Amino acid sequence: MTMINAAPRDDFRLSMLIYDTRYRAITIQLFVLALVLAAIWWLGSNLQANLEAKGRPLSFEFLWSRAGYDIGQTFIPYTSDSTHFRAMLVGLLNTLVLALFGCLFATIIGVIVGVLRLSKNWLVALLTSIYVEIFRNIPLLLWILVIFVPLYEMTPAPNAFKVTDEMIASGTEPAASMILGGTVAVTNRGTYIPGFLFDRGFEAGWMTTLAIFLVIAGSLAVHLTLNARARRVQEATGVRPTTWWKSLIVLFAPLVLVLWALGFHLDIPQPPTRFNFEGGVVVQNPFVAMLIALSLYTGAFIAEIVRAGIQSVSRGQTEAAFALGLRPNRTMNLVILPQALRVIIPPLISQFLNLTKNTSLGIAASYADLRGTLGGVTLNQTGREVEAMLLMMLIYLSISLIISSLMNVYNRSVQLKER
Amino acid sequence: MSDAFFRTEMTPPKAPPITERGVVKWLRENLFAGPYNTILTLVALYVLYSLLSNVIPWLLNGVWNANSLQECRDIVAASAGEGATGACWAMIRERWNQFLFGLYPQDLYWRPALALALLLVAIAPVLFSRVPRQLFWLTLFYPAIAFFLLWGGSIWTPIVAMMGFGVMALAYRLLVPLTGVTVAAMLGVLAAVLWWLLLDARLAEMLSTAIPVGLRSVGSDQFGGFLLALVIGVTAISFSLPLGILLALGRQSDLPVIKMLCVGFIEFIRGVPLITLIFTAALLLGYFLPRGTNFDTILRVIILVTFFAAAYLAEVIRGGLAALPRGQYEAADALGLDYWRAQRLIILPQALKISIPGIVSTFIGLFKDTTLVSFVALLDPLRGVTSVVRADLNWKGIYWEPYIFVGAIFFVICFGMSRYSMYLEKKLKTDHR
Repeated sequence: MTMINAAPRDDFRLSMLIYDTRYRAITIQLFVLALVLAAIWWLGSNLQANLEAKGRPLSFEFLWSRAGYDIGQTFIPYTSDSTHFRAMLVGLLNTLVLALFGCLFATIIGVIVGVLRLSKNWLVALLTSIYVEIFRNIPLLLWILVIFVPLYEMTPAPNAFKVTDEMIASGTEPAASMILGGTVAVTNRGTYIPGFLFDRGFEAGWMTTLAIFLVIAGSLAVHLTLNARARRVQEATGVRPTTWWKSLIVLFAPLVLVLWALGFHLDIPQPPTRFNFEGGVVVQNPFVAMLIALSLYTGAFIAEIVRAGIQSVSRGQTEAAFALGLRPNRTMNLVILPQALRVIIPPLISQFLNLTKNTSLGIAASYADLRGTLGGVTLNQTGREVEAMLLMMLIYLSISLIISSLMNVYNRSVQLKER
Repeated sequence: MSDAFFRTEMTPPKAPPITERGVVKWLRENLFAGPYNTILTLVALYVLYSLLSNVIPWLLNGVWNANSLQECRDIVAASAGEGATGACWAMIRERWNQFLFGLYPQDLYWRPALALALLLVAIAPVLFSRVPRQLFWLTLFYPAIAFFLLWGGSIWTPIVAMMGFGVMALAYRLLVPLTGVTVAAMLGVLAAVLWWLLLDARLAEMLSTAIPVGLRSVGSDQFGGFLLALVIGVTAISFSLPLGILLALGRQSDLPVIKMLCVGFIEFIRGVPLITLIFTAALLLGYFLPRGTNFDTILRVIILVTFFAAAYLAEVIRGGLAALPRGQYEAADALGLDYWRAQRLIILPQALKISIPGIVSTFIGLFKDTTLVSFVALLDPLRGVTSVVRADLNWKGIYWEPYIFVGAIFFVICFGMSRYSMYLEKKLKTDHR
């Protein structure tokens, strides 16, 4: 807003604080600031009075006392003797892991469905539209319940998979059978999936993991160098050397070799002989339900974003690329996708943010996320409602702010540079 | 002259080849164009078949008249043969009222029903321009009418509360010629706040002892089902839009203090999950108010949900404001319009039009999020009522039917909202941007 500064400044009257645009801005701001500070003071003094009346002033000491409850799914060592702080960390990790896998699967689903929705195939376009509309217009909570409740109440117990000698002799089948070629068992205790086993691995498990990661990173680096060289040759001579078979070898041969050297094999869960499955990895049902629900729900939103992004690239771009003699897949890679991504990425990341915040709905599937530990059992056991809620909000807020500041950095780098 | 042969009329055009017309052509182009497309079609057909072959018999065998799940299953087994599956819609028939009204007293169902009917009349002039404009008066007074119908109690409570707005308008009218728009608006709000804080309760009580007119009062704990979802959804939607506009303007403001406050509020609200805000409303709000204050859970939840939606709306509207060409702002300044006139006459009509899709999808999100109130022990239709039904011995073991029923109603409402936004976009499209 432009201000006229020509008026003389010397004859200041009190009424100018209201009527003169030069001073009014300051008056209004001071007034609002005073109101807000007064409100904060009022809320704060109420809080203090209320807490004092209850006999427990604001204190985060409770974080260091014994938690005394068990958590189903833990990624760091935790027992009921650990502190509330550690329980909070376990919950935070559960939240982050769920969010990470959710974002991954939601993106895969969203991209596939978004592209298929633009397909010329009438039936496929119809089916994907139905999927998108149904998932976008029905609350996430319903999807969580619809997936979790049957998973919890209708699936067989592990011992329903039991095969005894008498059953083999008489030729009867067990009450329940595993799916996906006998590798995955869905039970009411959790879902058993194959794990990874290394016969000749290092003593420490993390060394094995590190070795595999190093090999993958090395292959990727060689692959990228190959591509860069190919581009240089192309720019110098106009002919791009064929790289696909070299890339394939570079990417996969070292990995296969190192996996063989470490004696890698899948650890397929074996049906129980007594009560529970042996081997494999058990994934808790709340996690499975939350993952499926979040991925399908957010996937529908991402599909719309992807579709809108691809449609936002004008038809002229495709035509120009064809006129230059580019083949359809190169047109997609070199012309359409880079432009569509600029439209797709910002709303995509805000969907990731939404997904991360929606993990707090794990309460419906009793998933032990941050809200389940710190904002759930800890809060109820210690009665520290104010502290636990404030801490939880602060953590969620930090996660969101970190993600959105990353988004801003990215946005600035891909923005069209104009004027 | 040789008698050569000349045709005197044109040969009729040959019919197009069979593959280039009618159903065959459509099939070729839309389902079987190329091997890749054919594979897609076959996969889609398989998916469709495996879905429908399970669902259709289940739907067709549905039972509407039964008193328990066991009875349902017996009827299905008797009619469709042993081992057949069938839906048990009888549960919905029996629990219909609970899904709609929660624990609202049965003999008073006419009150929420009337409130809903009036709601449809009251929002008609907002949604469609061809409805007579006089109906806006009903819209204006609808909040008080709905409050009175739903919660009951003395008729004077809503009337006296509405009078606060009258006081605000009166003070503004009287002060505008003296002090100008900004100060008059501030003083008007101040007058109304004073009215509500100091006079409202006493006056209402005085009037209701003098002239006791009213309905039987119904407590908030008796609300439930879609009644609850609609009360929270509609109230939060109608209050969050003006609040969101103010926040968006504040964020774009030249005044650094206002801007900072708005940014802080928006980023805080958007950074935490709604569920933590709802818990705050239920658990924490009491700590921040003077001791002994205790107000309605539904009202608390509405306030927090409104804040939540307003922060999201503010971001959507900010996008609209940013999308306006700079020239529009400059033109408004050049015409000598003051800030509020420029916003009201030039900037907001255009910015809001651009943001319609975003605004409506925020509303849809808000309406879907009303289901989260079940976590603070309110009886929402999805988790609240359904868990009550599933805890009933007669219906123990019922899974899909309540979810399908509730989901279908949510779908109809939300899908309707998104279609309305498309209609509005088309109506307001001017094609000269």
